[in-house]
Amino acid sequence: MTYLPKPKLHHPSLQRNAVGFTRRDYEGAISTLCAGCGHDSISAAIIQACWELEIQPHRVAKISGIGCSSKTPTYFLSASHGFNAVHGRMPSVVTGANLANRDLLYLGVSGDGDSASIGIGQFVHAIRRGVDMVYIVENNGVYGLTKGQFSATADQGSKSKKGAINTDAPVDMVGMALQLGASFVARSFSGDKAQLVPILKAAMSHRGAAFIDVMSPCVAFNNHPGSTRSYDHVREHNHALGRMDFIAPRAAITIDYPPGEVRAVRQHDGSTLLLRKLPEDYAVADRVGAMNYLHACQARGEIVTGLLYVDPAADDLHAHLDTVGTPLNKLGENELCPGRDALEKINASLR
Amino acid sequence: MKSIQATNDFVVKFANVNGSGSASANELFAKCILRMGVPVSPRNIFPSNIQGLPTWYEVRVSEAGWLGRRGGYDLLVAMNPQTWDADVAGLAAGGYLFYDNSKPLPAAKFRDDITVIGVPLTDLANRNWREPRQRQLFKNIMYLGALSVLLGIERDVVVGLIGEQYKSKPALLEPNVHALDLGREHAQTKLAPIGLKIERRDAVGGRIFVDGNSATALGMVYGGATVCAWYPITPSSSVAEAFQKYCAKFRVDPQTGQHRYAIVQAEDEIASIGMVTGAGWNGARAFTATSGPGISLMNEIIGLAYFAEIPVTLVNVQRGGPSTGMPTRTQQSDVAFCAHASHGDTRHVLLFPQDPHECFEFAAAALDLADRLQTPVFLLSDLDIGMNQRLCEPFAWDAERRYDRGKVLTAEQLEAGVPFGRYRDVDGDGIPYRTYPGTHPARGSFFTRGTSKNADARYSERGEDYIENMQRLQRKLDTAKALLPQPVLEPAGQAARCGVIHFGSTAPAMGEAIAHLQAQGLHLDALRVRGYPFAEAVRDFIDAHERVFVVEQNRDGQLRSLLIEQFEIDPARLVAILHYDGTPITARFIVRAIGERIGVAQAAPAPGAQVAVA
Repeated sequence: MTYLPKPKLHHPSLQRNAVGFTRRDYEGAISTLCAGCGHDSISAAIIQACWELEIQPHRVAKISGIGCSSKTPTYFLSASHGFNAVHGRMPSVVTGANLANRDLLYLGVSGDGDSASIGIGQFVHAIRRGVDMVYIVENNGVYGLTKGQFSATADQGSKSKKGAINTDAPVDMVGMALQLGASFVARSFSGDKAQLVPILKAAMSHRGAAFIDVMSPCVAFNNHPGSTRSYDHVREHNHALGRMDFIAPRAAITIDYPPGEVRAVRQHDGSTLLLRKLPEDYAVADRVGAMNYLHACQARGEIVTGLLYVDPAADDLHAHLDTVGTPLNKLGENELCPGRDALEKINASLR
Repeated sequence: MKSIQATNDFVVKFANVNGSGSASANELFAKCILRMGVPVSPRNIFPSNIQGLPTWYEVRVSEAGWLGRRGGYDLLVAMNPQTWDADVAGLAAGGYLFYDNSKPLPAAKFRDDITVIGVPLTDLANRNWREPRQRQLFKNIMYLGALSVLLGIERDVVVGLIGEQYKSKPALLEPNVHALDLGREHAQTKLAPIGLKIERRDAVGGRIFVDGNSATALGMVYGGATVCAWYPITPSSSVAEAFQKYCAKFRVDPQTGQHRYAIVQAEDEIASIGMVTGAGWNGARAFTATSGPGISLMNEIIGLAYFAEIPVTLVNVQRGGPSTGMPTRTQQSDVAFCAHASHGDTRHVLLFPQDPHECFEFAAAALDLADRLQTPVFLLSDLDIGMNQRLCEPFAWDAERRYDRGKVLTAEQLEAGVPFGRYRDVDGDGIPYRTYPGTHPARGSFFTRGTSKNADARYSERGEDYIENMQRLQRKLDTAKALLPQPVLEPAGQAARCGVIHFGSTAPAMGEAIAHLQAQGLHLDALRVRGYPFAEAVRDFIDAHERVFVVEQNRDGQLRSLLIEQFEIDPARLVAILHYDGTPITARFIVRAIGERIGVAQAAPAPGAQVAVA
């Protein structure tokens, strides 16, 4: 956290991507979150992912609910339209926005309070409808803005900063997303940018509901011994499920790993996910296998991170509704209004 | 005994069992009378269930064209033993009881001041059909046949309508006509004529016969709505269902077969309004349809849409509240609630259609207004309009009409350097400019939030910024007054000291009441309010009268409260006339209530059928 505004002028030598933007063009306002907050690392990863993906910033809509995590869209992609909606209702707002214009990239940013408690119903239904979006939960197990209450993802037995023990069982959003039919499910850690950036890029390139649960420690209220969301705890219990490289469409794929160690998954947009160091019997397109693996890790007290599941051929809500290719917000009278003659026929049928 | 003698002016009540297939036969009955050129207004009276419980269908026949509920009934078609006693007790003295006399009923079940007409419908059905469902369904058509003879409805008219109904299923035509003729033959050979008659007139004209919810849905199609998010709730579900039906007909790309619309049945009303808000933010015309309980759930996001200035269109087909209230009964009891929905200082645009014609017109207008004003717009219909077919003026659409998408800056304008600040009041009307997401690579982006902000949409907790924004919102709602459908003045024939203000589904009963009061020498100017915030003409109307009655269908005089609030009027000058038992308001009620307050109650007998000596 800094109160010094960043200079608007960029150094002319800054590298530009294929669509003519520097990395700085993907930044947002100065974060007002606490120094060391995991959420700021996630914002940095989003900036990095968008720059590397060569996305035009104005073709992104960033939408959030309420909470620390939901404040973050202000801190990245300032050239994108943003919408800080109400608590727990980001999924429905994204659903409507997506229906209005299928051509934008939708980043839904939420937290564990926003999505696992008040908004769990909307999380459930946006995922099961297959809304084409990247659904990011910045998961710290605690309510930060209201100063340290447990959230619904806090582990049973974990300790609050004030010493209270959480007695409720946790909501596991990754398990739920798998069960609900999300076509891309990953978990990552805000402290592991090397893992998070390719996951974000893969999710942004995915068509359908892409869900990413990001462990994002709260330095103010949930980073102490006894917490299961502290930097130390997550690092110690992180079970990385292989590594993934994201290869953009049309980019040359060079594999310098021994044969058999890499598996390639090609997504509908032509991008390729190179998965390595996966357990031999792990199939990333096997939903049931992913659920079993997740639960087995959980039973061992491990936090599994990485890409757990992807259906590269998934479709989305627009496909289910069979909507036209033109964004609905671009249709005019000619396409929408049946006209006066049709109305006369309707009138005649009602006499 | 004096039997009622009336031509083209009486009420028929059908008492049926829900799910028995009576609805289509009853509707056929109403349409037959319309085809004979005589206006009717039918009303469904039904409880909240699907099968087995009582349901009523009340048809008012009125050559004079009064379409409000009259109250009382002159002919009872008693097909439900469960409600027999109360149904028979409610029949007007001198009225007619039509029933299925296949099984004998004790004499105590009848009254001696009514004419009893028995037809062995069950026996006839059992003799002619084997399938239980057929027996049930054709029983309905048989009573229609018998009634057509008793009332003088032409056979050709009924057969013609049956033919239209089964145009796509010709196999069903013949058995239906057969059932009709069985009923007719029985009546012709076994029944005596009665004093109620339908005579052919030319009093219907070019009017159409349609329910308000279908009309609203069609208005949304014409008005360019592309996104509909909804959650099932009586009495509004048929809005979304009709929208689906009309979209399937009119909004399919002829080349690809793909849809120019998106309809989502959401998980609840909160999600419905969230989706509509997201779509409106992103430049699509979007609406939701619900009823009072749904509006309750939507409150937080309604406030967000108001404060963030996002076009949102809501259809509220009102029913009785609070809580689950009376789900299948009508009221106008969400008026004050919708006017100020959500926390904080809010004020919303409301539209009050009087019938399906205006449901169509106002639905399309609501989409324009929401875009123009960048705010939630409520179409406040009710069950009486929404779920009943009503005779009304045909739908109208100007072929030259273009959608008003409001103040939206284009990529070209942004590129040309048109200055943009999301919440600046550039034109002095309180309405700011907006941009759709994704418009321009470098200009026009802004952050939308429900928290306080400055005119350039940057987060700000400065009191000055907040006040400036809130006052601009107020100016915007002032601007709305002139854009909304203006009130309709119905002046009395001569100078009147008293006036009456009414709105929505009260209109047909009001017109009839005024005619009756006028016949008794009491002249009232009437003003039908069609939008909120109220136009200045409403204040002028109140100022021009000593006393103004405000007639509405709720307990608290909600429109009256809004009038007092907006115009800071002495409450004593606005007299509340309130009807809220869940049935549609009647002219009889209004005449009595206004008459009592003016002291001419004795001079105003209840309007209705002419009772004559048989």
